Amino acid sequence: MKRWLPLAAFAVLLGFLFAGLWLDPREVPSPLIGRPAPAFTLPVLERPGLTFSPADARGKAWLLNVWAPWCRTCRREHAFLMELAAAGVAIYGLNWQDQAREARRLLAEIGSPYALTVDDQDGRAGIDWGVTGVPETFLVDADGLVRAKHSGPLNARVYARMFAPLLEGKGP
Amino acid sequence: MIPELGHFALIIALMLAVVQGTLPFMGARSGDAQLMAVARPAAVGQFAFVALAFGALAYSFLTNDFSVKNVARNSFSQLPAVYRLTATWGSHEGSMLLWVLMLAGWTAALTTFARRLPEATAARVLGVLGLVSVGFLGFVLATSNPFERLYPGPPDGADMNPLLQDVGMVLHPPMLYMGYVGFSVTFAFALAGLLGGRLDAAWARWTRPWTTVAWMFLTIGIALGSWWAYRELGWGGWWFWDPTENASLMPWLAGTALIHALAVMERRGQFVSWTLFLAIATFALSLLGTFLIRSGVLSSVHAFANDPARGLYILGLLGLVIGGSLLLYALRFPGGGRVATFGWVSRESLLLGNNALLVAALATVMLGTLYPLFLDALGFGKVSVGPPYFNAVFFPLVAPLLFLAGVGPLTPWQQAGARALAGRLKWPFAAALGVAIALPLAHGGLQPLAVLGVFLGVWILGGVLVGFAAARRRGARLLALPSGFWGMQVAHAGLGVLVIGITLVSSYAAERDVRMNVGDHVDLAGHRFVFRGASGHPGPNYVADRATVEVTAPDGTLLTLHPEKRKYNATGAGMTEAAVHSRLSGDLYVSLGEHLGGRAWSVRVYHKPFVGWLWAGAALMALGGLLAASDRRYRAPRSERLAPAEVGA
Amino acid sequence: MRRWSRPIALVAALALPALAVEAPPNADEPALEQRLLALTADLRCVVCQNESLAESRAPLAKDLRDEVRGLMRQGRTDDEVVNYLKARYGDFVLYRPPFKPVTYLLWLGPALFLGIGGLAWFVAIRRRQRALATSDLPTH
Repeated sequence: MKRWLPLAAFAVLLGFLFAGLWLDPREVPSPLIGRPAPAFTLPVLERPGLTFSPADARGKAWLLNVWAPWCRTCRREHAFLMELAAAGVAIYGLNWQDQAREARRLLAEIGSPYALTVDDQDGRAGIDWGVTGVPETFLVDADGLVRAKHSGPLNARVYARMFAPLLEGKGP
Repeated sequence: MIPELGHFALIIALMLAVVQGTLPFMGARSGDAQLMAVARPAAVGQFAFVALAFGALAYSFLTNDFSVKNVARNSFSQLPAVYRLTATWGSHEGSMLLWVLMLAGWTAALTTFARRLPEATAARVLGVLGLVSVGFLGFVLATSNPFERLYPGPPDGADMNPLLQDVGMVLHPPMLYMGYVGFSVTFAFALAGLLGGRLDAAWARWTRPWTTVAWMFLTIGIALGSWWAYRELGWGGWWFWDPTENASLMPWLAGTALIHALAVMERRGQFVSWTLFLAIATFALSLLGTFLIRSGVLSSVHAFANDPARGLYILGLLGLVIGGSLLLYALRFPGGGRVATFGWVSRESLLLGNNALLVAALATVMLGTLYPLFLDALGFGKVSVGPPYFNAVFFPLVAPLLFLAGVGPLTPWQQAGARALAGRLKWPFAAALGVAIALPLAHGGLQPLAVLGVFLGVWILGGVLVGFAAARRRGARLLALPSGFWGMQVAHAGLGVLVIGITLVSSYAAERDVRMNVGDHVDLAGHRFVFRGASGHPGPNYVADRATVEVTAPDGTLLTLHPEKRKYNATGAGMTEAAVHSRLSGDLYVSLGEHLGGRAWSVRVYHKPFVGWLWAGAALMALGGLLAASDRRYRAPRSERLAPAEVGA
Repeated sequence: MRRWSRPIALVAALALPALAVEAPPNADEPALEQRLLALTADLRCVVCQNESLAESRAPLAKDLRDEVRGLMRQGRTDDEVVNYLKARYGDFVLYRPPFKPVTYLLWLGPALFLGIGGLAWFVAIRRRQRALATSDLPTH
């Protein structure tokens, strides 16, 4: 009986290693899921003097898209975000690591999918939301709870799999 | 032209490996001497062609042939020649070619050094190695071809990672791979034994020297990696429980258990099925390590670029090779056989205890390394398992093992008197206790873990000395004792030295992180460090700010250290090159931080007590392995020689 | 005044080496910095491949170290700092895995392995004690 033990144990190990090939050890789930969106009050890039807080967006589900002007991967999701915005999805931008002038210039150049973009000047909002890189997109529902987080560029496939089902549940 | 020749040579090597992996097996089965005789020439031929291929790649690096993609990605024209050479194995593709070269090399060595094996056994051993070579050569040719071209070739390369431009990096991968791959020989012996049905003391005697030499290389490889990290990473750390490091520690632990199990099997023909399992498991862990590092399954600073296709291939190879051999193990399970008696206190019993503890430690390292993967695959989210975990669980397992290491070599085979044994151990005990209190006190205070660590280290050293004393008392001339005995003593002494080093540097290292202007000083561990400013200093492929720090030791001697902050020309990458001054009692380590404006710099000075004992201990262990493997009984002709008279027998 | 300026300058130049001091620590509060290093050594840099928060040179790591420093200055305990980071980055940020149902096997595993090893050792030797086979001679 014990002669088969090594082979059996190895088969189990092999199964896990095989599964591991399809996982990304760097993709970290967010502890914010199901919790209220962390509060912030930050200046709006497009309208100096104005500020924005997540509480202002209550009543309708919305996306928070964290990006930065120097981030090349962010450009890849830009087209898709424009489509979403055109379809009526509320997207708010968070300019990570404070390069306000660059950010404004870029949006003017390539177009903005954002209802507005806030400027995370001291980096506090980024830390509170557990941002680890750009781009990242959060889904916040009508009641202000974080429902989903995606690291990396947003595309139709990810949106359909992760965000759309949640948006349907709690309608706009 | 040359790269294409290299590529072609690899293909021929693959074909030879196929021949080597099939015909001899058929010959061994049917007793056909001609088929069996194919094995040796095929193995030698395979080695020749792989060496040719490796030479072709090295040539491309040395001549800066940037039309070869691998050279363009990893080298740079201003790179000093030695690093242009080591860049050959500085990438995934190159290091796989190195692996294949080592495999072919070990196989060829077998044809030279194992002439006395029965023909059928030799055929099977070489056959297994041939099949393993087919797997790896296939991997290189299918997914990791180092000879891919870039048309047009770029004018210069992307440069080698500055961290790799160091003497440690020159030697660490070759030594490590000699170890990993060396265990394939033991593996081949195990399968040959299962296939041929002969698994006895003679088999153990054939296998043991090969295993010990592989273990020796792995020990050197791991020590070099640790030494390199210590010098290059800028703050003197030497072990981080990173998955890559664990991937080398696991086969090392298994290999250590294996050489001890083989001792029992050679001497008394016991624990056959366990030893055989260990032989397969050790090589399996080498393969597992290869998989973990190259597949992207675990997150590691050391990982090569991830490619799922490669991961899948290696996993398949792992599954076939290990799954196949464990299946063979189950089908031809060498159970039964005579059960020899031995007492609760005996060499056999303690060696079995050694194995139990080593395997428990091995299982623990594996558990910690793979746990994040386990949880993620089962959908339980992500956890991180890092040094706090490993440090907490590993050392309690190792402590009893170290205790046994002091007792075991003094214990007679079969049946030992506990009281007589205890009597022999009272001097090591007293000495260990004394030093365990004195040394920590001298360094600043009695920390419990430090006391325990020093105690165990000196305990082991004491046991070694008692072993020599007992041999003298029996009238033996020390230098006439068999090298197997010397090997055991030296290796264990090395272990003791290593333990003392680790204990003291972990408990009593000190550092100061200061802002220094010209003429400022800082005191640490009785030394005065005076900063004399920094100036520009060009290197072959970098520009550096080179600082001068004058050190006055407590005894008055003066030293000058030159820490640097380098900026490499090709990529603009920055690196800190610490200045290290090594002595028996510890290292002085100075690292340059940020330029603070004017002539002021932030500087970090460290005192690392006894850190040199780590590498010295590892070197002694390796030397012990070499001595043990060169024992005359392995080179004796034909007749079964008696195992050497060991102390306490 | 001008007549004295050159001698004064000369004396000042000679006196300057005497101004070389015991180098001040890099950190403004060395004790706090020690605490910071000790705490962040056990925390993971979430954007790195496998580095601790203490040693990583990534920009976010530096930001987080500054954040921790600020929290410590506010008087938060080590536990509070860890919980602060856990709330934002999850258990992933801890290099010492928490002891909860999902990690029981991890933390109890080593003791389990030791137990199994010990048991196997015990059984193997007892079997030898009971063996009725004639005892083996050490040489043959």
